Amino acid sequence: MSAHDLVTYRYDGSWEGLLCCVFESYTAHELPEAILGPEAPETSLFGSKTIVTDAGHAARVEVSLPQKLGHEAAELVRLTFFTCLPEKELWMLRFLRLGYQYGPQLLQFAGNDTVYRLQKAVQHLLSEAHLLKGFIRFSVQNNVLVTTIGPKNCVLPFLAGHFKARFPEEHWLIYDAAHHMALAYRPYETAILPLESFSAAPPDAEEAKFRALWCQFYDTIEIRSRHNERCRMTLMPKRYWKYMTEFTRDFAVPDANPQLTVT
Amino acid sequence: MDIMEKLRILSDAAKYDAACTSSGVDKRAGRGGMGSAMAAGCCHSFAADGRCISLLKVLLTNVCIFDCAYCVNRCSHDTERAAFTPRELADLTMQFYRRNYIEGLFLSSGVAGSPDVTCERMIETLRILREEYRFTGYIHAKAIPGADQALIARLGMLADRMSVNIELPSAASLAKLAPDKTKRAILAPMGYIQQRIAESSHDLVRYRHAPHFAPAGQSTQMIIGASPEPDYQILQLSEGLYRRYGLKRVFFSAYVPVTANPLLPAVDTPPPLWREHRLYQADWLLRFYGFSAQELLDEAHPDFHPYVDPKCSWALRNAASFPLEVNRAAYEELLRVPGIGVKSAIRIVRARRAAALTWDALARIGVVLKRARYFLLCRGRRYPGLVNDRDAFLLAMMSPQEQHLYRSQESGMRQLSLFDGNEPHLTALQREAIRCLPMIL
Repeated sequence: MSAHDLVTYRYDGSWEGLLCCVFESYTAHELPEAILGPEAPETSLFGSKTIVTDAGHAARVEVSLPQKLGHEAAELVRLTFFTCLPEKELWMLRFLRLGYQYGPQLLQFAGNDTVYRLQKAVQHLLSEAHLLKGFIRFSVQNNVLVTTIGPKNCVLPFLAGHFKARFPEEHWLIYDAAHHMALAYRPYETAILPLESFSAAPPDAEEAKFRALWCQFYDTIEIRSRHNERCRMTLMPKRYWKYMTEFTRDFAVPDANPQLTVT
Repeated sequence: MDIMEKLRILSDAAKYDAACTSSGVDKRAGRGGMGSAMAAGCCHSFAADGRCISLLKVLLTNVCIFDCAYCVNRCSHDTERAAFTPRELADLTMQFYRRNYIEGLFLSSGVAGSPDVTCERMIETLRILREEYRFTGYIHAKAIPGADQALIARLGMLADRMSVNIELPSAASLAKLAPDKTKRAILAPMGYIQQRIAESSHDLVRYRHAPHFAPAGQSTQMIIGASPEPDYQILQLSEGLYRRYGLKRVFFSAYVPVTANPLLPAVDTPPPLWREHRLYQADWLLRFYGFSAQELLDEAHPDFHPYVDPKCSWALRNAASFPLEVNRAAYEELLRVPGIGVKSAIRIVRARRAAALTWDALARIGVVLKRARYFLLCRGRRYPGLVNDRDAFLLAMMSPQEQHLYRSQESGMRQLSLFDGNEPHLTALQREAIRCLPMIL
């Protein structure tokens, strides 16, 4: 294998597709300089090699992961797939190549750039998911709980278990506006669906009342003589505020005589 | 009075309680129920003062027969009074919870009528939540001092966490500022709760479905700065409480002056936030770093240093035990190095199994060396290019805020060195800073 193969892979964006890229990298003895998803623009002068997703190849790689890398490293690579790490496919391939060479001990490689990047990215993913477990604000709309989020990482799979444990009898929907997907739940099943756009209807009188009550509580609970804007921003970055009731203050009922629209 | 007004008055009356954690228990809703909890806790928002909002923190009523000088709800204070009915509060909690505004309820109350009547109303609120609405989210309930043990027991079966606030760190201050409360009235329920928690965990080992009494344990709170006790006394008391009553947490709340009273700090006194911060740092050292209160402070050094955190002060006073060889020091020793926390210590112990650590490797595994480099050796070598300059060293020991505090006071006089051993005569310092300035030397 030469280190500088001027080859670019293009895959279908799925986990199996990426495993097939790994398979190809080994069978063709080459290290691609980029792995592109289906939507990425063409950058290489020499065109790219399209990797066809083959269930058999993918399964062979998948099975080898815990065997060769150990469960912890296999889990790390699996989670990296959901992160917003730039060129994550390439970093994952590099990590796997290291893993196949050195085995489970690669997690202990203090300061290896590849290992470090994957660990950082996964940490970011999981901490964002944890924050959103608290920062999500549902609106009640026709007795369904709905909300929109705009996370950097693909966090929906990591929210499912939490909200299922919390609201087992409710219907709810979390729309990820950044990745155009939704996590939907009805007793007792969850699904992740592609969804191009979604916006909640304006609040009805009841919903508006509880939003206003929440804002009242939020404002009152502050101790004025301890005011600390910076501390609040550190703990709750401003990019989350966009979707939070206490900052949007959206509790105007559109119709003076509110009626539930029944569809 | 509508619910909006009640919420305003009763959350305003509850906000000086520091505890808003939802930690200590893992659970999920059963079929037909609603609510879960995670042991790590979950913050749902942060107020403009930077404090976490996790629970709906309200009083059931702010009507109170007691007259504690430091409290906004004391009976002699002319303020708006309100009361939720148990049903109102339970409904509000469910509606907030359903919209994911909160992790649960933090219920406290002024003592209206008698401690028993108050406690019964709290129990009724929790009963509606738990039994009628099948709410399995987090509930923190405050035990009312003086209430019957049977009522405390019932409250503990419904709540996840219980707390009894000590409020003032000595019996003398209690007698002066809270004439209706005694040390015994506070410690008795605390001891009872501890005993019930111990019984319940014993039963659970034997019978899987034994009822669970306050599964997330109990906590308490002390007000800092309303009474003259030094940090030493407060820390000793905290340590004693952790040991004697098995508390999960002791919270500190910087006193915010609410009314003029000759026994209390003047109304325009800023809350002693630095002191509160130092106490929390020390509290962490007690709980996670294996320190004892006696090591951090003693009669000769009764207060924390304003510029240097408690762990640094300890290290400076015990300079003889440093530097430590990173590759050989025990985990417990690493924990005592300024700049190394639990995570870094674990990483060091883990990484040095693969190869002896160098300074570069130490930085790469994420150990912050700003302070630690002065206290460590790697493979027998000191940090390369380390200047043994006292000023540089001192600045490295301080956080940016502490440096700012230090510099703004230094500009008032020609030279202030923590190493010259003379007690500086300053006028413009914050009160707390003046009191404990020469501590580390």
